[in-house]
Amino acid sequence: MIQVRPIYVICLREFIKFFREKSRLLGTLARPVLWLFVVGNGMSSLIKPRAGFSYLQFIFPGIIGMTILFSSIFSSISIVWDREFGFMKEMLVAPISRLSIVIGKTLSGTLISVAQAIIILVLVPFLGIQLTVPQFFAVIAVAVLVSFCITSLGILIAARLTSFDGFNIIMNFLVMPMLFLSGAMYPVTAMPPTLRHLTLINPLTYGIDAFKHVLLRDGTPPLGPEFPLTLDLVLISAVSVLMLTFAALSFRRKD
Amino acid sequence: MAIINVRNLTKQFKTLTAIDGISFSVEEGEVFGFLGPNGAGKTTTISILCTLLSPSSGTAGIADFDCANNPDRVRMAIGLIFQDTTLDVGLTAYENLKFHAYLYNLDSKLAETRIDEMLTVVELQGRKHDLIKNFSGGMKRRLEIARGLLHYPRVLFLDEPTLGLDPQTRNTIWDFINTLREKERITVFMTTHYMEEAENCDRIAIIDHGKIIAMDTPKKLKQMVHGDIIRIVTEDNRKAVPEIQRLFSVSAREENGTLVLETERGDEFIPRLIHSLSITTKSVSIQKPTLNDVFLKLTGRTIRDDIVQDNKEVTREFVRSHRRAQR
Repeated sequence: MIQVRPIYVICLREFIKFFREKSRLLGTLARPVLWLFVVGNGMSSLIKPRAGFSYLQFIFPGIIGMTILFSSIFSSISIVWDREFGFMKEMLVAPISRLSIVIGKTLSGTLISVAQAIIILVLVPFLGIQLTVPQFFAVIAVAVLVSFCITSLGILIAARLTSFDGFNIIMNFLVMPMLFLSGAMYPVTAMPPTLRHLTLINPLTYGIDAFKHVLLRDGTPPLGPEFPLTLDLVLISAVSVLMLTFAALSFRRKD
Repeated sequence: MAIINVRNLTKQFKTLTAIDGISFSVEEGEVFGFLGPNGAGKTTTISILCTLLSPSSGTAGIADFDCANNPDRVRMAIGLIFQDTTLDVGLTAYENLKFHAYLYNLDSKLAETRIDEMLTVVELQGRKHDLIKNFSGGMKRRLEIARGLLHYPRVLFLDEPTLGLDPQTRNTIWDFINTLREKERITVFMTTHYMEEAENCDRIAIIDHGKIIAMDTPKKLKQMVHGDIIRIVTEDNRKAVPEIQRLFSVSAREENGTLVLETERGDEFIPRLIHSLSITTKSVSIQKPTLNDVFLKLTGRTIRDDIVQDNKEVTREFVRSHRRAQR
């Protein structure tokens, strides 16, 4: 059973809090800028441009992916906060279905991540990437898909996490490896076999590859897209549905 | 007409039986109290009644709806104020109430009216757009009560409503609850381990180790303790006990160097006692029976003893962590 008004108000709450916390907004911009201009520029001196794209341009799709990754995981982990500080109870005893809570949280996490991805696009002019209007909308479409996928994953984790102590473990053993093994920093084809296999089971890999299709349109591997776009989109969609189903199921348990 | 009906309710957590076959009913408009030490099963009972937990066996129903089978109808009919605050401290008072109104599907216009109405009742109208972060404990509790009442529930659940509040705030909250029941004819179900608080109830169920051991009005419960309680200290308590028994046929028991005896008309008894007793009396005090004395008489322990020494805190923690894991 899906109820519209509760879902709306759950989203509204997340947005109010997102725009109220100035530090979180600032962090949204600071991290990508740091990666792009410090790491990106540093590495550019080692790696030569190929097929018309520089390393700085190569990592930009990865930076968007990274922003979505952090934002989505952070949004969904807020469920654990809600539980620790009691607010979850207010939702659990209300006459709304658990499914509505899960959808509300997924939707708000997705929308906030997409909003952050759009904010990151202001960096485009500094990178020498041409962004047409259709491309802009294509980026948003891919962002929606990837954000939805990662948020669902985060909610599945949050449903299982019983206390906030687990958060550091998630950051160190899931989020960081997901970032480094995603083709965001280095091409998948250039990786040693063991790492490449790990990269291939990471849904973020295909999300970032889809961003490369849109932003580095004429690029070829290693610095351009490495998988067919259809494969990227089908895989992310399938993983999203799977994650969300599991998340909704693990939320339904009541003793 | 009974609005809360509980029959043979049992809840088992792995090896621990939190509540053990309890039955009771609460009439509409009544203030009903659950009194007992920490870990006695109070919060577990509330959690089942408000559909957060499902019972192991037995039934619980509110306003003719079964808590396990018809949770949404039950949820519409109840308001809850929890032990720990469940407000979002990052939002304003108004935003917290608005959130609640939408969860309970109140019409937007109606929600605005009710929010203003409730904020006025709890005297927080002036803080409508302030962040909860800046509220005191008492203000938070008042706002929670306002929120719990926003959808006009028929039963209001208060789980240790004044826990951690100073006595002055506690009184304010109680004045407020009393005014409310006069105006709204709302049914109140509350748990507490404060004796003074339980005295505000129409009826009380005393619960210990998951079982109801007594249930009646505070007045009748106190009559279970015969008359007044007299505490005396004598030069030789051990010799005094048999002498009091012989002279007055009253049995005294010793507690931390003080003799405690129950008698009717204590004020008249004291002069006779001091006059007749061969052992010198060092101090005397008289006290009308409290619910604590009732609990002591029924269980042989005081409620506060449990808080300090028993392993009840452990039980409570166990129940809590178990519940967390289930969510």
